[in-house]
Amino acid sequence: MENSISVKLKVWRQANPKAQGEFITYELQDIPTDTSFLETLDILNEQLVEKGEEPIAFDHDCREGICGMCSLYINGHPHGPATGATTCQLYMRRFKDGETITVEPWRSAAFPVIKDLMVNRNAFDQIQQAGGYVSFNTGGAQDANAIPISKVDADEAMDSASCIGCGACVAACKNGSAMLFVAAKVSQFALLPQGKAEAKKRVKAMLGKMDELGFGNCTNTGACAAECPKNIKLSNIARLNREFICAKSSD
Amino acid sequence: MWLFNSSVGRKVVMSVTGLFLILFLTFHALMNAVAVFSLDAYEAVCEFLGANWYALLGTAILAAGFVIHIIYAFWLTLQNRSARGSNRYAVTKRPKSVEWASQNMLVLGIIVACFLVLHLYQFWAKMQMPEIMGEHPDSGYVALKTTFEQAWVLPVYLIGFFAVWFHITHGFWSAFQSLGVNNDKWINRWKCIGWFWATCVMVLFAICAIALTGKFAWGWSCVGGC
Repeated sequence: MENSISVKLKVWRQANPKAQGEFITYELQDIPTDTSFLETLDILNEQLVEKGEEPIAFDHDCREGICGMCSLYINGHPHGPATGATTCQLYMRRFKDGETITVEPWRSAAFPVIKDLMVNRNAFDQIQQAGGYVSFNTGGAQDANAIPISKVDADEAMDSASCIGCGACVAACKNGSAMLFVAAKVSQFALLPQGKAEAKKRVKAMLGKMDELGFGNCTNTGACAAECPKNIKLSNIARLNREFICAKSSD
Repeated sequence: MWLFNSSVGRKVVMSVTGLFLILFLTFHALMNAVAVFSLDAYEAVCEFLGANWYALLGTAILAAGFVIHIIYAFWLTLQNRSARGSNRYAVTKRPKSVEWASQNMLVLGIIVACFLVLHLYQFWAKMQMPEIMGEHPDSGYVALKTTFEQAWVLPVYLIGFFAVWFHITHGFWSAFQSLGVNNDKWINRWKCIGWFWATCVMVLFAICAIALTGKFAWGWSCVGGC
């Protein structure tokens, strides 16, 4: 069949967080190129179950690129070789017939492996809980024109808010830094009047939590923004730095 | 203190010391250029920057800038390596928009530091240090001659300049990003200014080194005044 390919999947298998992991290579025949990458893993898992072997554990949920649950470091890229897309939006037509595809979990001290390709991203929840919200009661909705917000700020805030918290930025960063995630979460509030009231408290709490959880320091390589499935921009990190420096200098 | 115990604070220290060192390099290059035109004028510069109180104060601040920048570099790198975890990726690819220099600042910095040690040994240890110790220092002319008449010096210096150039092409815009003085418009402007600045300064250094090697090793008589 012309529209089918055969590939070798070199997959990281690790029984539990403390076990020594290793790569195991699986061969898959005649995979239609319109199959998504996660479906390919499903096909492989069915074969493994039929053979009585343990299926590969991997994270997935919505499979339409909005939940941030899927991960996977595929051939040296978080979410695979496609740009601006999550792993669930990756299709086998991206790969060549006979290609060996290396599939690894996110590797970062703050994201320990739970099993195989699944990592614990609870650290992101903890950063969010530290201040990624507006804590006061805003009451009933005001008239839309009561607090004018410029189009530029509204767009920027919306772009920042499109972060799905998948952790690809941490996976891509050679320093295991979560700066792009924290920057997006801080920016979406810092740009809007509703978020400004608690801006200083928020940036200090969220950044403090990020440091405490053992994420690395940002060295501005920009790999995070280049690999982000939601195209979160590097300028968010500059805004985070600015907000943090201003908050600390006004203490 | 947030300059020690927060990731952003540590990067602020790297930025400020880095920008200070770039400023120093700019003045250093301009003063070197004096020697190409007139060795007498260069001698006057050396005299001015001998072991006077202001030159010593300047040297102390400069040394502190280097030391802090280097200590923080190793500190940050150690933290970053441990944040990456003990398991490395089997396959990694550098996205097109990521500069090689940005991922290898420590390596470039170590090359620059080795070059700095050699350079201090060749000049500072023969000029300002003896003066501080109350001994007779070499004149600027003697120090330049003993250094650049040796054939191996020029290639080693050019390698050093290249490493500094690479280091600054990332360091310059990165410093402004770390200080929060950046946005979507300015990111490319800073990159452009940084590239231009680094190129001008390092080319000036290279021209001086080549001209002085020309004078002392190859007999170019017009360098430093005919």
